[in-house]
Amino acid sequence: MVMTEILNDTISDVKELWKLMETIPDPEIPVISITDLGIVRHIEMDGKNVEVSITPTYSGCPAMDMISMQIKMELLSRGFVPVIKTVLSPAWTTDWITPAAKEKLNAYGIAPPSLSSNKDAPVHCPQCNSSHTEMISHFGSTACKALYRCNDCKECFDLFKCH
Amino acid sequence: MQFPLSYILHLADNNLVLAQRNGDWCGHGPILEQDIAITNITLDVLGQARMLYQYAAEISNAESNNSNATEDTLAYLRKEHEFKNCLLVEQPNGDWAQTILKQYLFSQFQYFLYEQLSKSDDERISAIAVKSLKEITYHVKWSSEWVLRLGDGTEESHNRMIHAIDALWMYTGEMFMPAAYEKNIDSTVIRENWLNAVNNIFEEASLTVPQDVFMQVGGKNGIHTEHLGYLLTDLQYLQRTYPNAEW
Repeated sequence: MVMTEILNDTISDVKELWKLMETIPDPEIPVISITDLGIVRHIEMDGKNVEVSITPTYSGCPAMDMISMQIKMELLSRGFVPVIKTVLSPAWTTDWITPAAKEKLNAYGIAPPSLSSNKDAPVHCPQCNSSHTEMISHFGSTACKALYRCNDCKECFDLFKCH
Repeated sequence: MQFPLSYILHLADNNLVLAQRNGDWCGHGPILEQDIAITNITLDVLGQARMLYQYAAEISNAESNNSNATEDTLAYLRKEHEFKNCLLVEQPNGDWAQTILKQYLFSQFQYFLYEQLSKSDDERISAIAVKSLKEITYHVKWSSEWVLRLGDGTEESHNRMIHAIDALWMYTGEMFMPAAYEKNIDSTVIRENWLNAVNNIFEEASLTVPQDVFMQVGGKNGIHTEHLGYLLTDLQYLQRTYPNAEW
């Protein structure tokens, strides 16, 4: 009890709650956080009561329950009473992924999505940066990714699809 | 205007039943990439079903004090005649051609329908539709490319597509015949757009749109082909046998 109160003392406003959310990794792509992805839409705080609104990336994304649970656990361990709300509108878009997160994706070996205003931009290989790439399959390891191949370095890679 | 509960269940059932069918391909796809593709599509379709069932449960509970519905009770505990999905989605998978064609015909229909729903003033439905449309656009792309590949492929794949059209076309008419609970939907426009799109893809795939086919109807009103009962037996087995089981 004493412990949780001490922890709670370190977070006193919504801004610090946002900072806490930045430390929660995406379960599928752990190099980026749930705020990098734009999944956390809104946070409200009233004393110990915290309401976090999240939006699903894809309708059936199995990571959403996991993410919701992770947020809950983080808040509970700091003595908060969390409520996690799902919002659908406006619909999630990859345009919300921060430029810094896109760089992290690329370094991790996943080609980042282009902006929706520039949908047909060439896809660059995350290994050798060649734009001489081709799609193997519309769907990669998850619904949000497509499978590509680099025709120069011959490596296969995932593209985070523009959505 | 809020859509009637029956209509939201109809939309949800379409998705749940198609997802259950497609799920059978998990681990059995013709090649790994396509196994992953159809199961990823299935996840989208199932996710959309969940959003719709959650909304339906809220409406049902608000309408009646006796109602204690959840997305799970609506999916797992309703009987065959209470399901309002179109006959098309409950048809067996058959071969890959039949599965692909079913997905394409339905996704293409869903695309034009959800385009209308996204403009609805039922805010929840419009939010679900806007979100789903992004996914459906991709489903149409993937499945139509397969219709082209098979229709315009080898003699074998072409023949299989013709067989698939023969098996499924009679179930397409129902999508455009509004049930009594279907209001504020312009089925005529959806049908026109759908037929145009299908015509274009079929033409490119060297396939022919059948003419003057007698259309089977009933699903929207709970009168199903024999296949739905077996599908639900699988889908609902666990909750029926071990009520409220969780894992």
